[in-house]
Amino acid sequence: MRNKPIVTCAGDQNLFTAVYSSLSQQLPREPMEWRRAYGRAPKMIHLESNFVQFKEELLPKEGNKALLTFPFLHIYWTECCDTEVYKASTKDDITKWQNALRAHSTTDWLIVVVESEAKKKNKTNILPRTSIADKIRSDFCNKQSDRCMVLVDPLKETSRSQESWSLFLAKLRTLLLTSFTRNLGHFEDEMRTLREKRTEPGWSFCDYFMVQEELAFVFEMLQQFEDALVQYDELDALFSQYVLNFGAGDGANWLSSFCQPVQSWDGLALRKPIDMEKRDLIQKRSANLLELRSYLFSRQCTLLLFLQRPWEVSHRALELLHNCVQELRLLEVSVPPGALDCWVFLSCLEVLQRIEGCCEPAQMEANVAHTVGLWSYATEKLQSLGLLCGLVSETGPCSEDLQRTVDLLAGLGAERAETANTAQSPYKKLQEALSSEDAFEKHYLDLAHTTIEMYNGIGRSRSAKLVGKDLADFYTRKSVPQKAEPFLQGALRMYQSEGWALPLTHTRKQLAECQRQLHQTEPYLQTCCLLAADVNLAVEERRLYYQEILAFAAQRSDHSDDVLCLPLASFAQLVSLRFEPPNSVVHVGGSLSMELTLRSLMPEALHLDYFGGYFHYSLDKNSYRKTAEYLTRHKPVGGSVTFQPEENQGTRGPALELSEMYEKSPSEGGLISTGVICKNVHMLIRTPDTQAAGSSLERNAAISLEDGANTLKCSNITLQPGINQITFHTQAREPGTYSLRQLGAALGCLNLLLPHVYPIAQYDVYSQEPQLKVEPRSECLLAGVPQKLRFTVTTGHYRVKEGDTLQLSNADSLTFLTGGSPSATISTNSNCEVCQKPLSVQRSDKVTTLSLPPAPPYHLMEFELNVVCALPEGGRLLNGEVPRRKERADSCSANVTEQRVSVDCPWSIYSTIISLTFHLPLKAQHVLLSSGTRKYIQVCLENTSVFNFQLSDSSLTTSQDVAFRPLHMAGAQDVYTRQCLYFVWEVTWCQDLPASLPVHFSVNFSPVPFTEPYEHLQPFTYLFHLEHFYTLYTVRAEILPPEDTMFCKTGSLCSLEICITRLCDPLDSEETLTDCEGYRSTQLFYQVVDGGSNWAVCGRSSGMVVIPVQQGTRHTVQMEVMPLFAGYLPYPDVRLFRYLPHHSHSQQLDADSWIENDSVSVEDPSDVGSMRAQGPSLSTVPSTSSKEQKGLPMPRLQPFHPGQISNSSAGRQILVIPSTDDHVLEVNVT
Amino acid sequence: YLQCVSDLANYPLYIRSIPTENQLKFHYTVHTSLDVVDEKIAAMGKALVDQRELYLGLLYPTEDYKVYGYVTNSKVKFVMVVDSSNTALRDNEIRSMFRKLHNSYTDVMCNPFYNPGDTIQSRPLCV
Repeated sequence: MRNKPIVTCAGDQNLFTAVYSSLSQQLPREPMEWRRAYGRAPKMIHLESNFVQFKEELLPKEGNKALLTFPFLHIYWTECCDTEVYKASTKDDITKWQNALRAHSTTDWLIVVVESEAKKKNKTNILPRTSIADKIRSDFCNKQSDRCMVLVDPLKETSRSQESWSLFLAKLRTLLLTSFTRNLGHFEDEMRTLREKRTEPGWSFCDYFMVQEELAFVFEMLQQFEDALVQYDELDALFSQYVLNFGAGDGANWLSSFCQPVQSWDGLALRKPIDMEKRDLIQKRSANLLELRSYLFSRQCTLLLFLQRPWEVSHRALELLHNCVQELRLLEVSVPPGALDCWVFLSCLEVLQRIEGCCEPAQMEANVAHTVGLWSYATEKLQSLGLLCGLVSETGPCSEDLQRTVDLLAGLGAERAETANTAQSPYKKLQEALSSEDAFEKHYLDLAHTTIEMYNGIGRSRSAKLVGKDLADFYTRKSVPQKAEPFLQGALRMYQSEGWALPLTHTRKQLAECQRQLHQTEPYLQTCCLLAADVNLAVEERRLYYQEILAFAAQRSDHSDDVLCLPLASFAQLVSLRFEPPNSVVHVGGSLSMELTLRSLMPEALHLDYFGGYFHYSLDKNSYRKTAEYLTRHKPVGGSVTFQPEENQGTRGPALELSEMYEKSPSEGGLISTGVICKNVHMLIRTPDTQAAGSSLERNAAISLEDGANTLKCSNITLQPGINQITFHTQAREPGTYSLRQLGAALGCLNLLLPHVYPIAQYDVYSQEPQLKVEPRSECLLAGVPQKLRFTVTTGHYRVKEGDTLQLSNADSLTFLTGGSPSATISTNSNCEVCQKPLSVQRSDKVTTLSLPPAPPYHLMEFELNVVCALPEGGRLLNGEVPRRKERADSCSANVTEQRVSVDCPWSIYSTIISLTFHLPLKAQHVLLSSGTRKYIQVCLENTSVFNFQLSDSSLTTSQDVAFRPLHMAGAQDVYTRQCLYFVWEVTWCQDLPASLPVHFSVNFSPVPFTEPYEHLQPFTYLFHLEHFYTLYTVRAEILPPEDTMFCKTGSLCSLEICITRLCDPLDSEETLTDCEGYRSTQLFYQVVDGGSNWAVCGRSSGMVVIPVQQGTRHTVQMEVMPLFAGYLPYPDVRLFRYLPHHSHSQQLDADSWIENDSVSVEDPSDVGSMRAQGPSLSTVPSTSSKEQKGLPMPRLQPFHPGQISNSSAGRQILVIPSTDDHVLEVNVT
Repeated sequence: YLQCVSDLANYPLYIRSIPTENQLKFHYTVHTSLDVVDEKIAAMGKALVDQRELYLGLLYPTEDYKVYGYVTNSKVKFVMVVDSSNTALRDNEIRSMFRKLHNSYTDVMCNPFYNPGDTIQSRPLCV
């Protein structure tokens, strides 16, 4: 029965018994607010009471602090309604009661007067003025009139009765609470005083414990579990602090009782609300630490379960168990080995069962996270018990173990009564588990599997794996390695994928042991080699595993059919690879070496029978023809591949491949955004599962050797620990690409294999056709000057034998110079010079023969030859005439000449055509200048090349009877690049001038400065043709100022006089049109053109004159012009044309050379002149408008040849002064 | 005690234990404690980031050690294992140790020669 606060009842017992049931029912019905001291939050509580009959013994004696038995309220019940009776007995009785209370200084009392209507009616002699209640009030409650309550007809359902009940109950509750507050407050004060004395000698924790627990009991009684729990927690904390202080050297005397050796380890007992045995022990100050803790926790557990907080129980339990172990250690309590394990194990199970007992299974399942710690702890403890008692071994427990078991079981004592009938009680479990190996195994496996399942269920896979490892340990000890192995593998995979080196090594060691026992040779050896390479192990241990491998390798070397494959990666890491030649391109038959750098991970030197690289051959259709040059250009320089060290066999996952990213604004050019891009996100963001699946264990399983068609092997290799270099040599065979796919090695009957090599290392083998390449040594070739040509012979697969020649067909204008002693440089493809050998050049009429020195295949032969390209033809006069060739004009404008040489090579039946482009170094232009009838020829020579030349011996010759007198400086002159040099001759003749004059210009030139004497320098020649250059007319213009003034003025009219004079008699060659008026005359058209807009021509600017064709005839034309500007103004141009009436040129329908009418401007005379030099057919470029009007009978204008008109006023200027009245000075300020 | 820094994928970046004996057990303990760290991170979810509370508190006690956890905003985990009997270390001290550890870790990250993800070498990452 639960404790309730005691309320005593005095007075009429029958009356109380009558109302008792309804009273005890009604009291807790309504909650009451309890306001409390010390600022504690007010609470609503439902009050209940245990009503007992008042006895004097019940009143607490002085010094008795028991609260549970403390009567909180005393009620006196009376039914008295008669004054007489009251005076006679009731009053005395009440007085006596009051005195008893006062003697114990109790102030919590209440007098209840029960009135009944029935009795009132019977007693008519009652004084109506005062009721009994009033009397009592005046007698006893001198200032507390509310200490007397009236209860009317308590057993009847009248409204008065109801009202009086509620009043009474409210009063009762108030009084009860008041009593609680006062009495508990009093008690707490005393308790606190006691606590403050804790530093005094003789203070006992046990005594204090009892006191504070009393308070807890009361709170529990009042159903204030929270408060009750607080009391225990305070006790707990106090005790813990003392233990800690003890540990720090500050021991309290009373603690010594807790330090007594532990003799009983029966675990927590949580099934009883109060473990009276233990409580007694505490009260007697004879409890030890475990007993105190057990009791304390059992109370806390009870209260927590009342509070519906089972999960806190489990948390606290775990904490408590850890704490107890620590405290026993701190207090240096002697505990028999295993005893604590028993205690913890029992306690864990007890707590778990207790919680299970008050929770739904579904609830349990949902809160596995809270209980799994206890499960795991229990498993751990059971395992250590098993180890201790020799239950985890192949052989079973020895006698010592049995003795220990017996001792441990003895410490458990007898099973507690409350669990004696439970089949699965912790006690029974432990006893059973310790009784035999099989039972232990059953219980242990049961626990362990439950724990693993729970851990996995809540996603704590690491914890689960750790328990699994314990389980594996258990199996290993039991010599059941096949069961241990999967657990170890699981744990191993996780440690590997998360990169925890130390646990990895440890687990791997265990696994190796397992595999050894299981005779799993291949996995065992794999593990062994990983362990032998493990730097976390001591060298001795590594050696041991290494010896294992060697032993195996040696042992079965005779059975060659049974070969085991082990991953090479666990023996040695690939550091780098280097090909020689460094571009890793080699021709067919060439030698190639590959240098591998390996880091051996073994603790000792590793002797391998052979070491080989396996290559994959691929004939890439596009690339196998590629030349060495191409392949070299597209390979990383250096030819070495560096391998990333695979940390822990790549468990880490790939490294981040980051690159920077910039985005620029297209419009402004500024940076819009920048960032870092991870290129291998797909590799990194993988689920851990797939990552683990790709781990080395799986990969190693798939080891297989690819076909060994292309292998490089080295025999008898010894790998020292650390860096080693192995060099392979091979001769290239088939052309193609060879990629290193695998590396393999043999160690006795073991094959070591590296199944994948990344990054790809490959070499290319090529086969190349022999090739000849001819190219100029300088940027461009110049004609006329000896130039160097570089010949490059790529021998390819062809071997150049003694007597092999190159036959060069001679082009007509290209000469190979045989002088000097040319020598060929022979080098390998990779530009390593081998030797220099002489080369002989022979020239015959048709061919130039180059005798090549012998050269091995896949070499380069280089030599240089001098060559001279003759200047383009045109230097010679064909039959005294300028040869008319169309190309001449073309090549002149392009300024280049193309030469083709065909070469016959010994390796091919076909000729190789070499095309060479020569640039002309010089360009010539001529101009015919006239002064009256005197003629001059100016030749302008422009140096178009980038070299400087010296010109000498310029000459102008012609076949006609004409003499040229040079007016320019004689002797050699330098002409620098892009410069021009002018030569001027005066033409003199004795007889009549020929109508057409072919002229040949020639000048010697040589490059400056002289680098070497040139023997084959040809003079530069230039041919041109002069026609109709005899002067027929002179035109003289004269501008005269107005008659009354000295100078011309702007804006005023001046007269322009044009005087046209015929200088000679009609010539035969002249196509004159005769006008029959006695004289042979011709019609001329003149035109005044002012190119500079200096003049305004007033009136007609052009006109036609008829002039007799006779020496000395003259025609003068007057015109008016007006100067527009002041200053020295050039004269306006006066142009003269031949005027052809429309009927007169019927035969000349080729209208190209005719100008339609005066509105059509004629081309620049100088331009026309230069054109004319080529011949009349090229005189003018036809204009489009002329074509349109072709065929119309229009008069035409024919321009004169440039030499035929001499303008005597050309270049003249006249001073024009500004007009007086408008001085306009234009000043521009900028 | 023992310190450990571990990255997002629970790969250990730095492990140091004083004393050095029994290192294996420490490693197992720390590794297992990552379960609880993960659990706590998952439970806190977004709230963790918002509150800026990086300290995870006591992860779990064992018989001999107390394991404390701390996680940075970038989910780099710090775990500290302290001897249970060492009662001088209160929550506040542990917290400030973690904060110092975090600062040291940040310094390491700021080192331009440090390759993220590498095991942290020869750094006085001690409190």
